Amino acid sequence: MNTALNRRDFLKVSGAAGTGLLLSFSLPVLLKSGEFPSTFIEPFMPNAFLRIDPSGAITVTVAKSEMGQGVLTSLPMIVAEELEADWTKVQYEQAQAHPNKYGSQGTGGSNSVRGSYERLRKAGAAAREMLVAAAAQKWNVPTADCYAENSAVIHKPTGKKFGYGELANSAGTLPVPESPTLKDPKDFKIIGKRMKKLDTPSKVNGSAKFGLDVKMPGMLYATVARSPVFGGTVAGFDATKARQVPGVRDVIQFEGGIAVFASNTWAAIQGRAALSVQWDEGKNAEVSSSGIWKMFEETAKTTGTVEKSAGDPAGALQAAATTLEARYYAPLIAHATMEPMNCVVHLKADECMIWAPTQSPQGAQREAARVTGLPVEKVTVNVMQIGGGFGRRLYSDFVAEAVKVAKAVDVPVMVVWTRDDDMMHDLYRPCTYNELAAGLDRNGSLTVWTHRVVGPNSKGHVVSAAVPEYEIPNLHVDYHLLETGVPIGAWRSVGPSQNIWIVESFVDECAAAAKKDPLAFRLQMLNEKPRVQAVLKLAAEKSGWGKPLPKGHALGIACCDDFGTVIAQVAEVSLNDNGNPVVHRIVVALDCGQVINPDTVEAQVEGAIVYGLSAALYGEITVAKGRVEQENFDTYPIMRIDETPKVEVHPIKSSAPMGGIGETGVPPAAPAVCNALFVLTGVRIRKLPIRPGDLQKEGGIGG
Amino acid sequence: MAAISLTVNGKRQSVDVTPEMPLLWVLRDVIGLTGTKYGCGIAQCGACTVHLNGEPIRSCITAVAGCEGKSVTTIEGLSATTSHPLQKAWVELDVPQCGYCQSGQIMSAAALLKEKPSPTDREIDDTMSGHLCRCGTYNRIRSAIHLAAASGVKGGTK
Repeated sequence: MNTALNRRDFLKVSGAAGTGLLLSFSLPVLLKSGEFPSTFIEPFMPNAFLRIDPSGAITVTVAKSEMGQGVLTSLPMIVAEELEADWTKVQYEQAQAHPNKYGSQGTGGSNSVRGSYERLRKAGAAAREMLVAAAAQKWNVPTADCYAENSAVIHKPTGKKFGYGELANSAGTLPVPESPTLKDPKDFKIIGKRMKKLDTPSKVNGSAKFGLDVKMPGMLYATVARSPVFGGTVAGFDATKARQVPGVRDVIQFEGGIAVFASNTWAAIQGRAALSVQWDEGKNAEVSSSGIWKMFEETAKTTGTVEKSAGDPAGALQAAATTLEARYYAPLIAHATMEPMNCVVHLKADECMIWAPTQSPQGAQREAARVTGLPVEKVTVNVMQIGGGFGRRLYSDFVAEAVKVAKAVDVPVMVVWTRDDDMMHDLYRPCTYNELAAGLDRNGSLTVWTHRVVGPNSKGHVVSAAVPEYEIPNLHVDYHLLETGVPIGAWRSVGPSQNIWIVESFVDECAAAAKKDPLAFRLQMLNEKPRVQAVLKLAAEKSGWGKPLPKGHALGIACCDDFGTVIAQVAEVSLNDNGNPVVHRIVVALDCGQVINPDTVEAQVEGAIVYGLSAALYGEITVAKGRVEQENFDTYPIMRIDETPKVEVHPIKSSAPMGGIGETGVPPAAPAVCNALFVLTGVRIRKLPIRPGDLQKEGGIGG
Repeated sequence: MAAISLTVNGKRQSVDVTPEMPLLWVLRDVIGLTGTKYGCGIAQCGACTVHLNGEPIRSCITAVAGCEGKSVTTIEGLSATTSHPLQKAWVELDVPQCGYCQSGQIMSAAALLKEKPSPTDREIDDTMSGHLCRCGTYNRIRSAIHLAAASGVKGGTK
């Protein structure tokens, strides 16, 4: 489609071609600044497309990427609701990247649904009004006598009816209403209903096409030997043996390392294994986890940049009846998406075609344009089903690399990352070192809180959510950001993933020091936040907080107010015969405002808890001699079915503005479990992941 | 290189590949059946699970030479119309999120149901703990296996 076409031209073209009603809208996007990293904010106005075929088929173009969070269903539901569509006739179409046609296609920050809600409602409503007007015109009756229902317009006095398909062409000739009337939410028939995801059948029969499933005629497969040390470069290599591997077609050096081209993935992997490469390891050759921690601890001795300061923290600490201090360590963590990074590129002289599982279609397009020197409109990015995103695929490093590789051949090439590649060349959730102090008065009320965060040089990833949500009269939060040599990125829930663990654990420490119930202790500091109070109370009630539990079981609670959603979780834990934690159930209460698909809300929270607990129980990337030490799932374990707790989700009906749901379930899981383990063992987990033996330390059950 | 004959989803195939090439890559890159997924290459995640003569195997560590003359069933061959009780249960409970691991999950579950038509939670966990799902759909997987079992139709493939 020619991007120079304006809105009216679209309709004319569409009408002339007889393909039906095609609408595009430009409406403001809902973005809360600071909620997602600047690296993927696309600063353009959004649009959405709706196509109604003469057959009555309704196609909603989804400009966000599908990675399991259900946008291929929830976004069409919004359009269909206002359109008064027959849901059984609605299908989705995944949008290709476009610099400005759809606004931001970046899929992150739990923003896809809430960020698209108003404009997709308006898109559906405007189309509905045009269809009603078209029918009224055909019947020569007042539009006020007509209404839309179930993909048809009905003339109230006579009961005459036109299906949407029959009206598609004539509606396309009418003016697009600027301010269509939106439905009253109490009349919603689709929004708020449990709808099955439209793409599920394709995911149970093998037909869903992920990035790795792309096949092009003549396509080669390539692996890349990358410097094992971050930032290293090729000093020399010998490809003699690699070239002898059956199926290997070529071996080339490029700016990202050595690429091995082959007729199949296995040959590309074997060919790379047969390479002999000497690396110039560069300035990160001596980077190690122990060195990073030492640097962080040393730096924490000095005052940092102030994030927030209130009252007189120093004076309040001196005046406090009880003070406590703690140091918390959050480790580096990998995304470990089930589908490793991959990208197919067909680079020709004057165009570049890409097939990628990307959360940033436009970022991929810009990167490819930069690498090739082509204008962005000569770069096509086909967005594939994503086998797990979690923030990793917001970054276009793997796309840019594939384009560089593709420069060496004139056929399509798929660059395949092995699991080892994926784990050792991630952009990791940052490790942070944290020093906290707090003071309580004689009544056990929290009077002062200080927190110094030291982490990698990426503020949004390190500091966000470090300031507690609680009302504390004297407060000081500051931070140091240091170069570590380890690439850092957004990891599902970003800053809250580590800071909510730290804040909610230390608040629990304060409650214990005050000899108060952790729930009551929290509630009394949340008088300005009734929504957080409400979810805490509901989670406590549903979990049986304060009531007898099976012998050897304990509960812990935690909450989080981020992504526009408030959530509380209660974890029930015990220890197994080896003294390691068993999480039996997590009871969740949440308020995310208007819900589109309740089943998706539950599914996202269920999954987020497993994601959060995998990290709490196992997640740690370590670095030695500039290299990541974990290579695969044997050294980087993920929670399995036999360890997964029961999850109960209790949404609160709410008129609050719509919140996000993809990430909110992650942050409270770890602190809820750690707080329960403290009740059980007296051991406070201040360093994740929880290691075997941690709970038998002094003061614990075995101590 | 050598021609190796095997039957895939009921169709005889002859592939000319190095005998040590894992079945996974033969299925995906040579035969073109991409429903079977690569996740780890070391039999840690289960995404590559297919049936070899009816038994679930990890195709990422199974050399194709060992499949000579044998019968392979992949997710594409589990049913012709997405009608296997497990597939129906998976749709009914909307199990998949990203969906990448689900082919392997379903193939293992199908073998389990053939062996144990009404598995207990424990039996499900014992079998399915060989699979990773990064989206955390485990509870729905367990429920869907129970649902398929309750439908009374035996799972599994020949």
